[in-house]
Amino acid sequence: MEIKRPVPVVPAPVWKEMKDLLEWQEHHKRRPEEGDKHSAAFETLTEGVHNFPGGFVLTTAADAFLNWARKSSVWPVSFGLACCAIEMMATFASRFDVERLGMVPWASPRHSDLMIISGTVTIKMAPMLLRIYDQMPDPKWAVSMGSCANSGGPFRHGYHVVKGVDRVIPVDVYVPGCPPPPESLLNGLLLLQDQISHFHRTGKRAVPAPKVD
Amino acid sequence: MDIIQARARIAEFPGTVSGGEANVISVVLPLAQWQPFAQFAKDDLGCHYFSFMSAVDWQEEGLEVIAWVDNVEAPFSLLMKSHLGVGVTTCASLVSVYRGANWMERECFDMFGIHFDGHPDLRRILLPDDWVGHPLLKSYDVDTPYPPYR
Repeated sequence: MEIKRPVPVVPAPVWKEMKDLLEWQEHHKRRPEEGDKHSAAFETLTEGVHNFPGGFVLTTAADAFLNWARKSSVWPVSFGLACCAIEMMATFASRFDVERLGMVPWASPRHSDLMIISGTVTIKMAPMLLRIYDQMPDPKWAVSMGSCANSGGPFRHGYHVVKGVDRVIPVDVYVPGCPPPPESLLNGLLLLQDQISHFHRTGKRAVPAPKVD
Repeated sequence: MDIIQARARIAEFPGTVSGGEANVISVVLPLAQWQPFAQFAKDDLGCHYFSFMSAVDWQEEGLEVIAWVDNVEAPFSLLMKSHLGVGVTTCASLVSVYRGANWMERECFDMFGIHFDGHPDLRRILLPDDWVGHPLLKSYDVDTPYPPYR
């Protein structure tokens, strides 16, 4: 049986006039260039040392040390959106115990390094999600957990669902599954730690794909 | 008022076709009787509790509004249905009878685009104010872009 899609009668909105879209474009134009934000004094110091003959030995060692420190204390902000949040809580709890990886679920975005997007992101929730993400200090990472956050999942064709959280914020690790069991999320977090350990001082961050259908 | 008396009273009401089983009475009404019948259900049948309200998009046959009210003392329930007709998107509001109908009618307007005459505050309730279209209509394309996130 052939399934017919209904004929659209709704006129497409005028994109240029949408304030949110402009803000969003501006945000993502800015984001890859910003990279990892440090204070100006720190930047000058590290640039100076790096350019000094033989100085790269120091800066690479410092990078390795800083990355070790970063990956050993990734604090995820406790931010649950849907059923994936239950699996996320199970991962945080004592049986799987992410605290042995140095992760402390923290109830404030301003003290956190990691955001686990656990669940369906609706169009109404997306601005709040972006706002919480913006409140986190650099360097920060995002893990997209589950099919819904990755691509919209089973609700992809819902009228109110964002088709992948990478249209809202840049994502570092995608964890597949519906929902992913705690083992999957743990694997994702270990991958993230691996990614952080290769994070360069001038390295580029994950860039979102602002594709539209 | 028990359900047998209620059925007898409804049969006297002009223009209605009633059915249903167990302790549910379903009544099909002409559109003009929508609001008077609700008043009758509340005052005479004792259905004081407005449970919910929704609509159905029958495509070629147009829209249909549905409301469910309960008499919690008897107890029995009353399911009211009314076809709006082809191309009609206007219906009488029940807010003057049941105050609980306020948000339900706003949701109906949000999802189906039905305009309720006499509603005190008819605007979108679930979707953002700048949303274009009414998503639960069959003619709505679910992949309609809503910037900036789709």
